[in-house]
Amino acid sequence: MEDAGFIIGSYVLTFATVGLMAWRVLRSGRKLADQIPDEEKYWL
Amino acid sequence: MTTIDPARSTREGVHEQPARGGTGTRGTRILGIATIVAMGWLVAFGLGFSPADRDQQESVRILYVHVPTIWIAYLAFTVTAIASGLYLFTKKKSLGWDRLAGASAEVGTVFVAVTLVVGALWGRLTWGVFWQWDARLTTTALLFVTYVGYLAVRRLGGSHEQRARRSAVIGLIAVLEIPLVHWSVRLWRSLHQEATVLDTDGDIDMDGLMLFSLFVGVVAFSLLYAWLVLHRTRVMAMEDLMDDRGLDLALEARRSEGRRSERRTGTPDPRPAGDTIDKDGAR
Repeated sequence: MEDAGFIIGSYVLTFATVGLMAWRVLRSGRKLADQIPDEEKYWL
Repeated sequence: MTTIDPARSTREGVHEQPARGGTGTRGTRILGIATIVAMGWLVAFGLGFSPADRDQQESVRILYVHVPTIWIAYLAFTVTAIASGLYLFTKKKSLGWDRLAGASAEVGTVFVAVTLVVGALWGRLTWGVFWQWDARLTTTALLFVTYVGYLAVRRLGGSHEQRARRSAVIGLIAVLEIPLVHWSVRLWRSLHQEATVLDTDGDIDMDGLMLFSLFVGVVAFSLLYAWLVLHRTRVMAMEDLMDDRGLDLALEARRSEGRRSERRTGTPDPRPAGDTIDKDGAR
């Protein structure tokens, strides 16, 4: 496959970016959840 | 604005409440698994099963990421505008709408960034350059900068209500850029190709497997968008609670300091009675 570096690179870049965002959101959620009582969490 | 009794939080301590897995629920876990499966399908179809294009050759595979990310970004910014409107024009002024607007804009901005970078890689293969000051590229870059500005405004100081009000106004104005971006290829002479799927004549001139790969991409990024927005909205709710709690604790500390000073000197606190800080941080 010609230009494979660009094509695979674009997929890797996309998944790395959204993966990083997902990880940051989950991590901040876990950190904050430790400090907030369950009754304040409307989703539980 | 939800408040926490500062006396209770001081007495009980913040770590005594057991945490139950952050912002996740059964629903978000199912959504997360569905997203991962859909992304796997996108890789399989985008990089494997779909054929090469007659003109673009293999570089067409980049478009299965490039196109869905900008479409979902349009959706995200539209959700931001609707939630902003619901905050501004409903009587209740629920901060939940503001948080939905903010979370959706964050995800949309990341998706536009992905669109721009991946589009530059596609441009290098197809046009021979990473960037051109072409109408579509320039308006998309402008859209990105506008929403970075929107997110910056959300981080300015003030109460949650002040944040919600000013960002809602920007959210309603910024969404007007989307039609400009979409129709820029028709309004101006453009290097960028015109719409293939979202065309006004409704005729989709595309191979079936290519169209299906694009559809898989749209489904995958829609699921990811929903999952991210759900989690981010919950994180924002907790951040707001922590802000309120910090302010409550600061107020309680100041009152205690005043009472101690009163007991020590036998005279009332010299500060005028009106010299207090309200919940918006104003004197």
